[in-house]
Amino acid sequence: MPVNYYIFLSIALFCIGIAGVLTRRNAIIIFMCIEIMLNAVNLMLVAFSKMHHLKNAAVDATAGSDGQIFVFFIMVVAAAEVSVGLAIIVMMYRNIHSVDVNFLNRLKH
Amino acid sequence: MQNALELVYWIPLLPLLGFLINGLGRRYLSKSLISIIGCSVIFASFILSCWVFMEVKGGNSHVAEYFNFISVGKLIIPFAFQVDALSSLFLLIITGVGFIIHVYSTSYMKEEKPEHFGRYFSFLNLFIFSMLLLVMGANYVIMFMGWEGVGLCSYLLIGYWFKNNDFNKAANKAFIMNRIGDLGFLIAVFWLIAKTGTVTYADVFANVSKLNSTDATVITLLLFIGAAGKSAQIPLYTWLPDAMAGPTPVSALIHAATMVTAGIYMIARSNVLYSLSPLSMNVVAVVGLATAILAATIALKQNDIKKVLAYSTVSQLGFMFLALGVGAYSAAVFHVMTHAFFKALLFLAAGSLIHAMSGEQDICNMGGLSKKIKITYITFLIGCIAIAGIPPFSGFFSKDAILLSAFENNKILYVVALFGAGLTAFYMFRLLFVAFTGNFRGTEEQRHNVHESPASMTIPLIVLAILSIIGGFVGIPEVFMQGGEKLNEFLAPVIPLKTEHLVSQATELSLMGLSTATGVAAVVFAWFFFRNYKRSEAGGLGKILENKWYVDELYGKIIVNPLNKLGDFFNSVFEGRVIDSIVNGVGKVVNYTSRQLRLLQSGQVGNYILLMVLSMVLIFVLQFFLRK
Repeated sequence: MPVNYYIFLSIALFCIGIAGVLTRRNAIIIFMCIEIMLNAVNLMLVAFSKMHHLKNAAVDATAGSDGQIFVFFIMVVAAAEVSVGLAIIVMMYRNIHSVDVNFLNRLKH
Repeated sequence: MQNALELVYWIPLLPLLGFLINGLGRRYLSKSLISIIGCSVIFASFILSCWVFMEVKGGNSHVAEYFNFISVGKLIIPFAFQVDALSSLFLLIITGVGFIIHVYSTSYMKEEKPEHFGRYFSFLNLFIFSMLLLVMGANYVIMFMGWEGVGLCSYLLIGYWFKNNDFNKAANKAFIMNRIGDLGFLIAVFWLIAKTGTVTYADVFANVSKLNSTDATVITLLLFIGAAGKSAQIPLYTWLPDAMAGPTPVSALIHAATMVTAGIYMIARSNVLYSLSPLSMNVVAVVGLATAILAATIALKQNDIKKVLAYSTVSQLGFMFLALGVGAYSAAVFHVMTHAFFKALLFLAAGSLIHAMSGEQDICNMGGLSKKIKITYITFLIGCIAIAGIPPFSGFFSKDAILLSAFENNKILYVVALFGAGLTAFYMFRLLFVAFTGNFRGTEEQRHNVHESPASMTIPLIVLAILSIIGGFVGIPEVFMQGGEKLNEFLAPVIPLKTEHLVSQATELSLMGLSTATGVAAVVFAWFFFRNYKRSEAGGLGKILENKWYVDELYGKIIVNPLNKLGDFFNSVFEGRVIDSIVNGVGKVVNYTSRQLRLLQSGQVGNYILLMVLSMVLIFVLQFFLRK
């Protein structure tokens, strides 16, 4: 499959993520949208690394493999981040009984 | 025996040490210790100077380079001392007269608190240090350092009694007037550097051919502006009479014997340059003579004893400049020397008189003191005879050398100078007669307190009186003694000898007779008018003279007032409207913009993210366009 498809998919996912973050007020939805953006980037990274591999495999058998490894790392870190983020949301719910980010403007004053 | 000349750096270093010890330890040292330190360092310098003088007299001269003071590109200014005939003579005058005045000060200032006593002596030592730097420097930059140093010390000592605001104003006046002159000096030095690439005397004088006549004229005139500031010549002389606010020994040391002669030294040192420019020479001569006459006329009607002496100093300095201007450099230096003796004597005697009169300075309130304070009276009389130019006292020889050179140069200069000499004799003896003869006119309490000063004040007077009597013989003219004019011979390495005598011996003798007759006649006139002085209101010309030709008022009108007005204008208009509105405007702009920007911080996370995304898009778009 040409790499274009992956790029379009990735851009679409990223824009969905941005739109979600900008429009929604529910912290969990925003969080999910952030994850979508993160995975859009991951997808892009994998796609390019694959493309790179196909192009240079004749010269170097391991070409592009570092991109794949990065993605694994990002997924691990993202998993950790999700747990922290969800914990924050849980604490937020406990404190203000809501997950609406617009209630979280107390730092302003 | 080259080692005396290699030790020259100790001559200025010792007073500097004295300055540091007395200045830093003024709160801890006792008065007697301070006087011992203050006097002994100067005395040690004096001994060294004598030694150096003997070496120089034997025909040695020495330039000692210590380190490079300034080194920029091709211009290298070494920190170097030059000891030759001219500077060694000045060394003797400065340290010798300086030592006598230090000794005198120990009892004149004994009423001061220890702390102020220490301050006084440290300033005095610093002054001697700066003055030595001035005359010993081997280039114009070192001279300039000393030049500024003596100006500073003059300021500090005039304003010594800083609680009196008038004294502070006098100190400021002296400093500011000097700054005007210093600017001229500084520009002259820059000009010299631009044209010859060096400031060392020897190199400059070897390279005078690089200067065309315009350069020489401008440089010498600028140097003369510096000299006019320091040596109180028209138009910058008005600070010197006001400088009498300082303690009397300070007036004797700084404003009579040494500092004010720095200008003479500078021009005598630069005689090679001046010889290139007849125009500058004429300017120097005319300004000097004009100052001599103007100051002498003012001195006729002053009643403050120190003011009279101050104007007399200005007048005598004018005579020295006249001598410089007619090319008689050695006569000028000769007069510097004798003037240092008799004017220091007169000032110190005046100090003793003021002391005896419990601080009274107005001669109208004195009178009839000749019997009560004999030593002061006799020494003052000797000083007056010396300054009046009556033989065989020292003033006669030096003044006559000046008059003779003026005569050789231009008869008109001679006649005017002779008139000035007559005025000098007249006002000095007026001072003497009013202060010492007639009836006592002070208060009963003052009469009761009149007393002769202690030995530490009278001995310096006696020493200076002896010097004033015999000091002239080093320059005794050849008509009196075969192989005379030793001073000219001594100065020959620095100041070229004039070999031919332009006038016959008979003319020379008759000129001397004429000037002596003028002096004596003036004394007789003074005796006639003032032996029984009674205070009377002056009118007409007398009033103008009493008010010093209204020169201070004139300066006030044409310089000080416009500057004050300009200052007021800037203060009220420029400061208020322009500066303040710029400063306040900056504040207002920041205030306003921050008030507006504050609204951006809504606390809504969504807004922030939207802004972030929009900015990112903007950056992408910009990058997209800019890459093309």
